[in-house]
Amino acid sequence: MTEKLVIIGNGMAPGRMLEHLFEQVPGRYQVTIFNAEPRVNYDRIMLSPVLSGEKAFEEIIIHGDGWYIANGITLYKGHKIVAIDRTAKTVTSDHGVTESYDKLVIATGSVPFIIPVPGHDLPGVLTYRDLDDVQAMLLAAQSRAKAVVIGGGLLGLEAAAGLNSQGMDVTVLHVMPTLMERQLDPAAGYLLQRAVEQRGIKVITKANTQAITGKGKVEQVELADGTIIPATLVVMAVGIRPNAALAKDAGIAVNRGIVVDSGMRSNDPDIYALGECAEVNGQVYGLVAPLYEMARVAASQLAGNEAAAFVHMDTPTKLKVTGIELFSLGDFAEGEDRQEIVLRDAAAGVYKRLVLRDDRIIGTVLYGETADGAWFNDLKKKQTDISEMRDTLIFGQSYQGGASLDPMAAVAALPNDAEICGCNGVCKGKITGAITAKGLTSLDDVRAHTKASASCGSCTGLVEKLMVLTIGDKYNPAAVQPMCGCTTLGHDEVRRLIKAKGLKTIPAVMQELEWTTSCGCAKCRPALNYYLVCDWPDEYADDYQSRFINERVHANIQKDGTYSVVPRMWGGVTNAAELRAIADVVDKFEIPMVKVTGGQRIDMLGIRKEDLPAVWADLGQAGFVSGHAYAKGLRTVKTCVGSDWCRFGTQDSTGFGVRIEKFMWGSWTPAKVKMAVSGCPRNCAEATCKDVGVVCVDSGYEIHFAGAAGLDIKGTEVLGLVKTEDEALEHIVALTQMYREQGRYLERIYKWAKRIGIAEIKRQIMDDGEKRKAYFDRFVFSQRFAQVDPWSERVSGKDKHEFRPMASVGFAQAAE
Amino acid sequence: MMNWIAVGTLSDIPRRGARCVATPQGKIAVFRTAEDQVFAIEDHCPHKGGPLSQGIVHGAAVTCPLHNWVISLETGKALGADEGAVRTIPVRIEGERLFIALEALASRAA
Repeated sequence: MTEKLVIIGNGMAPGRMLEHLFEQVPGRYQVTIFNAEPRVNYDRIMLSPVLSGEKAFEEIIIHGDGWYIANGITLYKGHKIVAIDRTAKTVTSDHGVTESYDKLVIATGSVPFIIPVPGHDLPGVLTYRDLDDVQAMLLAAQSRAKAVVIGGGLLGLEAAAGLNSQGMDVTVLHVMPTLMERQLDPAAGYLLQRAVEQRGIKVITKANTQAITGKGKVEQVELADGTIIPATLVVMAVGIRPNAALAKDAGIAVNRGIVVDSGMRSNDPDIYALGECAEVNGQVYGLVAPLYEMARVAASQLAGNEAAAFVHMDTPTKLKVTGIELFSLGDFAEGEDRQEIVLRDAAAGVYKRLVLRDDRIIGTVLYGETADGAWFNDLKKKQTDISEMRDTLIFGQSYQGGASLDPMAAVAALPNDAEICGCNGVCKGKITGAITAKGLTSLDDVRAHTKASASCGSCTGLVEKLMVLTIGDKYNPAAVQPMCGCTTLGHDEVRRLIKAKGLKTIPAVMQELEWTTSCGCAKCRPALNYYLVCDWPDEYADDYQSRFINERVHANIQKDGTYSVVPRMWGGVTNAAELRAIADVVDKFEIPMVKVTGGQRIDMLGIRKEDLPAVWADLGQAGFVSGHAYAKGLRTVKTCVGSDWCRFGTQDSTGFGVRIEKFMWGSWTPAKVKMAVSGCPRNCAEATCKDVGVVCVDSGYEIHFAGAAGLDIKGTEVLGLVKTEDEALEHIVALTQMYREQGRYLERIYKWAKRIGIAEIKRQIMDDGEKRKAYFDRFVFSQRFAQVDPWSERVSGKDKHEFRPMASVGFAQAAE
Repeated sequence: MMNWIAVGTLSDIPRRGARCVATPQGKIAVFRTAEDQVFAIEDHCPHKGGPLSQGIVHGAAVTCPLHNWVISLETGKALGADEGAVRTIPVRIEGERLFIALEALASRAA
């Protein structure tokens, strides 16, 4: 018979508990969850990257809606439990829902501590706890105004860094003399303060907040020493306290948190508590690793294993601010029975300190270089006697036994029980074991099977090294295939960071995103150039040296080093004067080959590079512009003759094709874009295998997209039917802009659509008029800077160095 | 003795770019890196003869525009898994002026 398990709270700890529970005793419990937040379980540790813009909310979801359905869980979103009736064994929510339970788990987490200064309740004073807080901060950040963060601990600094990267002028107020004094000693605290200040964040230590003032909303913060700091946003991040009020009201034993035994059971045997609201052996916890351990214990208890017990553990602290490396573990206060080893490298901004007692590590602070954190943690945990390696201990594992400094060797040398993922308590042996036993080849697989690197992600590098060590070349970092060998970031991450950090030049991208080469390679440079052209059309100066030769000289290179030239023929329509001009050019420059292309225009092949400007000049005289036959951009719009001539034509397909081409020419896209407009469903323009196609019908315009007729053959998907030509143009342009903003460089529309999902594209382009209009407007804005004929520019002398040799030498000597 | 022939100035070549010098033995590509180092090699990829001067320059290497072979500007050798080499030509900067050593080219071509 199933028992009823009710959970109050839907954070990371109960989510993890359920995973363990379903694994151990599937089907034993019927689960109901009440979540005061109106959403699913997400990775709260990753809110800081969401705030800084480095991640999207969707990326930090742990359990999507499907997981709840698949496990038969009833999830009440936005329901806060207001009462527990222990006699009747029921809970009641603020919306009046009452559920009975056999077992109850309280996981109400914590509440942020609010300093009770005057003005703490003014609009504009926020805490930093959940997604609502992050969204409120992002909204406030749009004003680019001043923010004050009260609290220089982990959360406060992450909030400050996030607001700073959103463009706010941020001041951090910290009551103690150095930042993060609970995790860092003063020396490391100082280095941290310097790094924070270098980002343009002001730090005031020993700052005693006296009042927050303003008329109807926050205007300034006043300190006890009289300092006044103007601010429109105040974030309080001074600490948290267990949220135990509900349990207390129900008569459950509460001290600082809900008092539980080492089996996570409260003084009511049917009620458990876990997470930040629980107090075990007089301790409350706030970092994820012990909370996940509680989840493991609670699940075992609920599964019937009464021996499962929670044991206190020290957890390393890491700061999740991109570019600041910091690791802190254990106890590092000074004392008579302790010795310390310190390494300082001022130039490199490195500070390391080990605190020893009886030749054993009891505390570690690493700043600037944290790769050996896992090793020190391991030595501490095992209480290893370090006397033999004392002299070189601080230099890290790779220095022991004369081993090389190769980080791979360091990971290889870790013992099997060394902890790799601190958040989830996963050791090396468990990861390598799972890789071998289950044949795992991708990081996502390892995350799914072991949970390693699935929370804060800071051990991802270690896990990847383990994968390489275990399976060598078979490791396929597919989930985030790096752009190229110059970076570990994938295209999507790079695109997001370009926007989030406001990076507007290729050197800025390479500097900020820590490229490993000095100036990139032939793979990443053209991609970055496109992303910057697309994202900052008015500000970015196109870097021609980062374009392939075809786009640099606006012609197509051929196998013998000559070029081919294709002028635009709008919609495939031409006339006698144009054809005569082409014939004249062919004669004059002795062009060896003239060919009609598949895109309904004329290609002249075998032109010497030096002749290109002169060829363009003659073509330009006849009114031709570049056909961009070489571009990752709009190529052709193929048409049939439509209602003007064809007895079956339903609309003016030729006219519409010409209109699309005149509207969209010159735009750069991730890969080439070929379009077509057919005047009736007989589809003579072959619109149903194009990147974007239109099939005209009596009732309007059927818009197609995501076809392919090259390496792959694929019929198009139907985007939808619209009534007028104007609407059709708006939809096509919006679709193209969506692709321009999201596509990976060299990814054709059909591949992009497969990745994003046809339904999602339809939703944004067909159903969401506001979004469609915004895409359309951004395309139009970008065209203001893109619609310049590159041929006439070059006829007028632009880039003339491209077309001439620098010098001719040696011919005289050769004649002698 | 080497005969240095002036072929132009540093500013004639865009950073991370190349220009050609026509000679009786064929074209020579003169490269300028992001750090203003200058190299000269035959403008002829060892793979299928692609014009290396038209490639994308990164670090002290160029990627051929035809089939993406990467050629070291310092040694003329193909990098990575590919095998092959082009001739390198001595080049010197005197102030702004660029010189290449033509006899070296002629004698080696003979």
